[in-house]
Amino acid sequence: MAPSSTRAVRTTRKLALGTAGIVGFLLAWQLIPALGIISPQYLPYATDTLARLGEEFRDLEFWRNVGRTMLAWFLGLMIASVAATALGTIIGLVPFLRRATHTTVEFLRPIPSVALIPLAILIYGIQLQAALVIIVFASFWQMFVQVLYGVADVDAVARDTARSFALSRSERVRYLILPTALPYLMTGLRLAASVALILAVTAEMVISNPGLGRMIVHSQSASDWVGVYALVIVTGLLGLAVNLGFRLIERRSLSWHQSVRGEIVL
Amino acid sequence: MTLYTSTIRLPRQRSHAWKRLGESTLFAIGFPFLLLVIWAAWSTAAPATFFPSPVIIAQAFVDTWIGPAFVTDVLPSLGRLALGIILSIVIGITAGTLIGLVRWLRELLEPLLEFFRAIPPPVLIPVAMLLLGITDTMKVVVIVAGAVWPVLLNTIEGVRSTDSVMTETARSFAITRAERLRYLVLPAASPRIMAGVRQTLSVALILMVISEMFASSSGLGYRITYFQRNYLIAEMWSGIVLLGLIGVLLAAVFSIVEKRVLRWYHGIKEVERA
Repeated sequence: MAPSSTRAVRTTRKLALGTAGIVGFLLAWQLIPALGIISPQYLPYATDTLARLGEEFRDLEFWRNVGRTMLAWFLGLMIASVAATALGTIIGLVPFLRRATHTTVEFLRPIPSVALIPLAILIYGIQLQAALVIIVFASFWQMFVQVLYGVADVDAVARDTARSFALSRSERVRYLILPTALPYLMTGLRLAASVALILAVTAEMVISNPGLGRMIVHSQSASDWVGVYALVIVTGLLGLAVNLGFRLIERRSLSWHQSVRGEIVL
Repeated sequence: MTLYTSTIRLPRQRSHAWKRLGESTLFAIGFPFLLLVIWAAWSTAAPATFFPSPVIIAQAFVDTWIGPAFVTDVLPSLGRLALGIILSIVIGITAGTLIGLVRWLRELLEPLLEFFRAIPPPVLIPVAMLLLGITDTMKVVVIVAGAVWPVLLNTIEGVRSTDSVMTETARSFAITRAERLRYLVLPAASPRIMAGVRQTLSVALILMVISEMFASSSGLGYRITYFQRNYLIAEMWSGIVLLGLIGVLLAAVFSIVEKRVLRWYHGIKEVERA
């Protein structure tokens, strides 16, 4: 069989099985309350939840909340990635700073960002800024550590070559360090993007600044369980969109890189 | 072709061993110490309500956490955390190995896994509260439901990317399935699995705190929120410090375990780099 048609068969098979998986999951979801394994009061029918989802999609307030969540996500991610790239590059390039900050970084990094929620509430109250503190703290480290590794990973031969060709500092950053660090940077950005979304929703749930997270808590306290399930699906879809989007960006921006080129050839 | 040999390292003669040791300790504690001093000086010079000085926080830490609170709040939290982490790792590796080895299963579940992984875990708390009530089980379920994904997906990837030459060699030597799993598949996947475990640890810690902030009358997350609502600022800070310490401790234990489990792997990397 020609390789291209084998690949076509494989793709079709993957698609068919994947669809079967989703359909099977929805069927199981519909059947569990229908057969009374879990009362429909606690686990609403899949059809009801999906119908509710359709309703929400026609509601402007719902989209405003999506917008608020995504705004917090975007701002947090931007602040964190710019700060992490700047600091990571400087600290990564200067051995003295790297050594001096090592223990501090290793100590601060594992601190769970949600531990700062009470502090953020005290300082900023129920506002976007409080959520941003949490989002930035969580996604900063993801990015920062990757930048630190990336900047330090410059090939010794390439570095020596650059030096013997007398490349200026800015040229070295542009042609040597940036290409080396870019794959790390993109990995960090992808990780930071999904972490930022998690924390954006979490912050809305706990701090109750407006957004999807607060909507979920409100539905919960109103015992609107269909709404809770529908919103959980919405957050999942948002997460999926963020993951897929950043994977795409990663591929695009690294199309010249061995790891991505290799993947496409196979 | 890389030759995998064990390298014997002779202890290097260090004439400046002491000097170097002193220097690296200075580097290790110098900056954190400096930060603490600046913080302390700042808080005495310009007292801010929400940023008490480190001395006050340390005092509050001792008063708050050392004593009965350790048994009533810290231990239950840690227990749930440990249970959640262990379950996540066991379920993740078992299911991941199965899904990674069976191709049709993987293709069947792939879109679903992609979706479930993308759900921000804290939104599962209302659902878990509805289905299980406000119980310890619910908290552990929330931790597992959020923390299992990194191990699961990394195990699948790791199992999938087992070197095909080795798989075929194992097959032609008629090595049994169980042995193949034990000596080939799992070791080959272990670097990936450990990378997943590292993420699992931090996600589990976050979920432990969040689930207690939401629905609990005990535990670290509950305590910290309680302190904040009652404007017990120093106590709240001490809780943040305690959570930080737990995070650091988890990371430290993990890196020790990782070094042991992946000793062979780090060895190979070192030889390749040399």
